Amino acid sequence: MAEGYEVLVCGAGPAGLAAAQAAASQGVRVGLVDAQARPGGQVWRQDLRFGSVRAARRAIAAATGAVQWLGATQIVAAERGELLAERAGGAVRLRYERLVLATGARELILPFPGWTLPGVTGAGGLQALVKQGWPIAGRRVVVAGTGPLLLAVAAGLRKHGARLLTILEQAPAMRVRRFACSLAASPGTALQAMRLRFGSLGIPYRCGEFVVAAQGDARLQSVSIRTPRGLRQLECDQLAVGYGLVPNVELAELLGCRLDRSGPHAAVATDARLRTSISGVYAAGEVRGVGGAAAASIEGRIAGLAACGQEAAAARLAGLQQRARRFAARVARSFALDPRLRALASPETIVCRCEDVPLGALAGFDDGRAAKLATRCGMGACQGRLCGDILAALGRYPQPAAAAPLFPVRLSTLSEPMADSLTPTSTRGN
Amino acid sequence: MTNFDLIVVGLGVLGAACADAATAAGLRVVAIERGGIGGGATAAAMGHLVAMDDDAAELALSSYSLRLWDEFADLPQAQFSRCGTLWVAREERELGIIEAKIARLESAGVAAFRVAADDLPRLEPALVAGLAGGMHVPADAVVYPPAIAQFLVTRAVSRGATLLQGRRVGALHAGGVALDDGSRLQGPTLLTTGCALGELLPRLALRARKGHLVITDRYPRTLRHQVLELGYAASAHGSDAASVAFNVQPRPTGQLLVGSSREFDSTSAAASLPMVRRMLARAIEFLPALRSLQVLRIWTGFRPTTADGRPYLGPVPERRDLWVAAGHEGLGVTTALGSARLLVDQLLGRTPAIDPTPFLPARAWQ
Amino acid sequence: MNRGDEVRLEVDGVAISVPDGANVAAAVARATSAFRRGVGGDPRGPLCGIGVCFECRVRIDARAHQRACMVLARPGMQVQTRG
Repeated sequence: MAEGYEVLVCGAGPAGLAAAQAAASQGVRVGLVDAQARPGGQVWRQDLRFGSVRAARRAIAAATGAVQWLGATQIVAAERGELLAERAGGAVRLRYERLVLATGARELILPFPGWTLPGVTGAGGLQALVKQGWPIAGRRVVVAGTGPLLLAVAAGLRKHGARLLTILEQAPAMRVRRFACSLAASPGTALQAMRLRFGSLGIPYRCGEFVVAAQGDARLQSVSIRTPRGLRQLECDQLAVGYGLVPNVELAELLGCRLDRSGPHAAVATDARLRTSISGVYAAGEVRGVGGAAAASIEGRIAGLAACGQEAAAARLAGLQQRARRFAARVARSFALDPRLRALASPETIVCRCEDVPLGALAGFDDGRAAKLATRCGMGACQGRLCGDILAALGRYPQPAAAAPLFPVRLSTLSEPMADSLTPTSTRGN
Repeated sequence: MTNFDLIVVGLGVLGAACADAATAAGLRVVAIERGGIGGGATAAAMGHLVAMDDDAAELALSSYSLRLWDEFADLPQAQFSRCGTLWVAREERELGIIEAKIARLESAGVAAFRVAADDLPRLEPALVAGLAGGMHVPADAVVYPPAIAQFLVTRAVSRGATLLQGRRVGALHAGGVALDDGSRLQGPTLLTTGCALGELLPRLALRARKGHLVITDRYPRTLRHQVLELGYAASAHGSDAASVAFNVQPRPTGQLLVGSSREFDSTSAAASLPMVRRMLARAIEFLPALRSLQVLRIWTGFRPTTADGRPYLGPVPERRDLWVAAGHEGLGVTTALGSARLLVDQLLGRTPAIDPTPFLPARAWQ
Repeated sequence: MNRGDEVRLEVDGVAISVPDGANVAAAVARATSAFRRGVGGDPRGPLCGIGVCFECRVRIDARAHQRACMVLARPGMQVQTRG
């Protein structure tokens, strides 16, 4: 007979780990699935040299001891109460009674001339690469974009020996200072506040500045920076640039969950108990809207408890969750994007990197689908995620609809009859 | 202006070709499309320009149309690739029909060649070993239909056609059509609506036959020809039961486009994973290398299908000045250009290049 | 975690060493900045680092289109870029 899970948690970041642990604590059979080889998601990605932060280690230990860990397992489709997933050894079916979607978010990188040069990465992107061995020691790095994430990235890169030239925060200094002052009200962020106010990292932290272009032959060699006082050039080896996060709603969308489309990027809509519009499916963390690791952990716990029928226990966390989300909203307001960032791309700037479609090629198409059919924008390997995020941020087209396969998948995964039982990878998270 | 020589309703590749042919004949045309040009079955289609000999009337229409397609061989957006078609047989007993097929194709002006089992690996190295043989049709080609539809509409407009995009025909009336806002257009009307024909003309039966397609990432030089199993026609013309057939196409990008499936009674455009499974399992039997390729996308389309499998091309009975060009099943792209000429010839009372009788809507009028 | 352990593999025929637990992207980065070529022929490298952008695709042990950032480096791997 097929193995299944009473509660299946998709995504092993802070939200997923908390959900898995909460559900397991109720004695139900829990599966925790993630495309990454190790739990932690993005923000708690294990660093090769320095391990994980304490909160991550605790959450991983608490969750993976009691649940079935399904790492390096990519969910690609859904049919009738089952998820179809792919791993190195072949395809697997994951049956569930209840589902917690903790699929997190991806970085928003807005295009500018030269952004396709090797050496230009996301801010969180470079951090992820470096944590898994990317050679950064001695390399000159510019960290740019927006949000407290930039500081965490810079600090992490410096630990690995990078030469941090500067941090460029697009939000104006006044707003950043106000945000830093307000942090005193939120315990646990005091250190962050200090860094913001006193630049204790020893790296020049510039507000109201952003990269407008990158230059180089075969790779990045320099960037042009817009400052309040004009343009300046800076030679560098790596540009780590991120302008916020976009929820990974595709699995939820495929399952039929209603999405919240009030902003440029969709998020999964839920009620106060984190139930989506589909019975038995819950959502927690960044996929509901960017809220940070603290909110994600709390929501994961709520969803995990709710998925086990522990409504009262879940309800008791509502206050904590709301406070965490209010903080996240404050972050979002403080670091709202300068409109000029949406106008950095010239008509020649590629917006669809997979298919080399420049922004100018999309002129005259009112409809994303018509644009796609005519220009190939969105027909590439990333399945329209990157260009879709960008064009939505630029106010051109809404994000394209999600469809199976959710990620590129081996043809044999789609062609072979399913194995009924699942071979566990390991019960520990490493 | 509300009076036209021809009102074309629906701008998939058929409607676009008709609008283009009509304006080329000097007619004053208004072309109406409620969605995107070439956004329906045209966008889902494989774009295979293929000579199929299974039905004599369709072969006549196809070969006529295929000669007209040569005009687009150098149009960049057409992405015209003369890769040819390779039909393959698994069993010896399937080879028996090949001589007859070659003869029929030849008499329609399409060159076809028998391929011995030993020669298959040379022609198409990725094919599984042990196939019995096949047939090669070198002049067949692959195009990108949505861009063709757009090109044809643009050309029609440049000759003076009026384009009403995003507008819907609410009803037919004696002298023409009524639009969604109640306004009326007068003139002979041509319905090129594909599967939506029943909305305006329920007495001409048309069923939607769902198909699946799977496209891979780029693997250039993996496949040289569009390759199909000889049994494909059985799937296309066969019973109502759901069926799959081996049909894989090399796209100019280096991606492989994998079909094909057919089923009635599914109105959902969502892909059916069990059907995809069947289709891909069949494809792998012929091209084992497919197994390890990365699939980027799955989509579906609906083929407008008549009871006898031939399109409706001609006047609607009991009506004056109402015409149809719809119901092309899986040969819409192949026969678009020939269908348009055939239709316009009938409209103008000119002698068509081929016998229109097999396609007359009267045969199916209820 | 054995920090001293190194994984030896080849990138475009060149021997590369990375720490145990590193991904293939870390190995490729030690050999070249161009993981692949865009449709127009320009060099590309990883962008998102988390498996979403597909700019880091390389050939690993004769299998094309593998995301280097999502695959752990294993001893003896043969990695080919199109840079």
